[in-house]
Amino acid sequence: MGSPDTSMITDWANWLQHQRNRMVVLMVMAALAMVIPLVANNYMLEVLTNAWFYTILCLGLNIVVGYAGLLDLGYAAFFAVGAYTTGILTSKFGINFWLTIPAAVFCSMLAGIIIGGPTLRLRSDYLAIVTLGFGEIVRIIARNLEITGGASGLIGINRPSFFGIELSQGIHFYYVFLLLAILACFVSYRLQNSRLGRAWQYVREDEDAAEAMGINRVGVKLYAYVIGAMFGGVAGCFFAVKMTAISPETFTFAQSVLILLGVVLGGMGKIPGVVVGAFALVLFPEVFRGLGSMRMLIFGIVMLIIMLYRPEGIWPRGK
Amino acid sequence: MALLEVHDLVLSFAGLEVIRELTFMVEQGTIASMIGPNGAGKTSVFNCLTGFYRPDSGQIKFNDHSILRRKPHKITRAGMARTFQNLRLFKSMTVLENVMSGMHCRTSAGALGAVFHTPSQHREEELITRVSEECLAFVGLLEKKDHYAGNLPYGDQRRVEWARALATKPRLLLLDEPAAGLNHDEKQELIELILHIRNELGITILLIEHDMGLVMKVSEKITVIDYGKKIAEGTAGEVQNNPKVIEAYLGSEDEEDLL
Repeated sequence: MGSPDTSMITDWANWLQHQRNRMVVLMVMAALAMVIPLVANNYMLEVLTNAWFYTILCLGLNIVVGYAGLLDLGYAAFFAVGAYTTGILTSKFGINFWLTIPAAVFCSMLAGIIIGGPTLRLRSDYLAIVTLGFGEIVRIIARNLEITGGASGLIGINRPSFFGIELSQGIHFYYVFLLLAILACFVSYRLQNSRLGRAWQYVREDEDAAEAMGINRVGVKLYAYVIGAMFGGVAGCFFAVKMTAISPETFTFAQSVLILLGVVLGGMGKIPGVVVGAFALVLFPEVFRGLGSMRMLIFGIVMLIIMLYRPEGIWPRGK
Repeated sequence: MALLEVHDLVLSFAGLEVIRELTFMVEQGTIASMIGPNGAGKTSVFNCLTGFYRPDSGQIKFNDHSILRRKPHKITRAGMARTFQNLRLFKSMTVLENVMSGMHCRTSAGALGAVFHTPSQHREEELITRVSEECLAFVGLLEKKDHYAGNLPYGDQRRVEWARALATKPRLLLLDEPAAGLNHDEKQELIELILHIRNELGITILLIEHDMGLVMKVSEKITVIDYGKKIAEGTAGEVQNNPKVIEAYLGSEDEEDLL
């Protein structure tokens, strides 16, 4: 017999095991997320929008790190490719924003293939170093090309309109990123429970055994890489039009690490975990803003504590 | 007809020859064994056959096609499945999920099928589950399909490995020391299972084994190797009385005595 509060937690966990109950919880949460803007002020709205934005990025990286078990230290590069594709096409060529999305998806996937193709044969530590280098290369290219606006970046990216409404207010972008985050959750969930999702798991658990079972190790990893890149690319598109300006300094190594942190902190490979991780990433520094520069120190200590006591993240994979 | 033909296979690591001009064949529908003292190079032969090692020279023909230097996953797809000497299960996944990995190379759904749940993806998932359950039923482990593989007793984990190998729908099954770590009763069940796989599923079997009793009981042809070289070949009776074989085995026992 456990103490009253632990038995309550187990009851709750058992109740959540049922598909239908889980759906109810998800629906309630989605409804809450939908109505929050009606009561939130601009500041809260901005923070929450940012949280949904990181949710998309973290879910994308989760496919690479959590599902396929590949350490990627340059994920911001894919996000940069998406943002710059949209930024350049809309501001320099005047192409409609919505038409730039497929182009951005294509470019980020291509970047995924270019970097993944030759490097995914490497074992994890080497791969991490190569991805780190790739991330920096993309940023430095963006800094030095004329078309990307050099170090000062691109400005004057037009806001898109959606059935005649110009997407310009905080609330518009809140809903855009919320919908994208829900879509990202849905796609992640479907992938996780599929032949491909299982193949990622096999490769993550034991590469040689997976190969012996007829799974093309490199091909399956490349798939993860390209799909992860696509998530980053789409998030980048919308990021560009929300900010209306992008600069290379948005896509630093620190940005890649931050996204990775969200994935690891929340629980690699678990969708709810990754969402919690992304929110923790964005909300913590905001909630403790009053502490001034001390807050990053405390954030660091809290992360250390979480990793020490819950090495599999806040919301680990069920056993 | 020979399902597997190996000619003059040579493998060396940093100048040390592990396999020396090895030639042998496995006939379609037989149960063949490869035996030899510790360190004779048996597992290295398996690793060459399944593409994990790249032999220096020689020929490996499977089903009349050369599979030399092909990638392991392509060899599995061509119909050769293996088990590992030290179990290599996906421990944090369920037994059923483990076995489902075998069907991967016989199916094709990708990311789009997964996201949109297309009818063909749906049918494929059903097929994967059905075949995997059949394979589990065949090895007598269906009732444990939802257990985590890492939590099963050792004997059951071995069965999961066989079911997983069977799920690749192989023509040739390579078993690397299948009796290692099994008790007497489990060994008897293993012998029955091996015969069962050959007789009912028509799968040709090649096994590496230390346990002489088991090898002598099930194999129709035995290849004996020592220091990477073939020293004898034939039926159990023929091999047992071969002076070279006796020497190889007694020699290794002498060395053990010295230690």
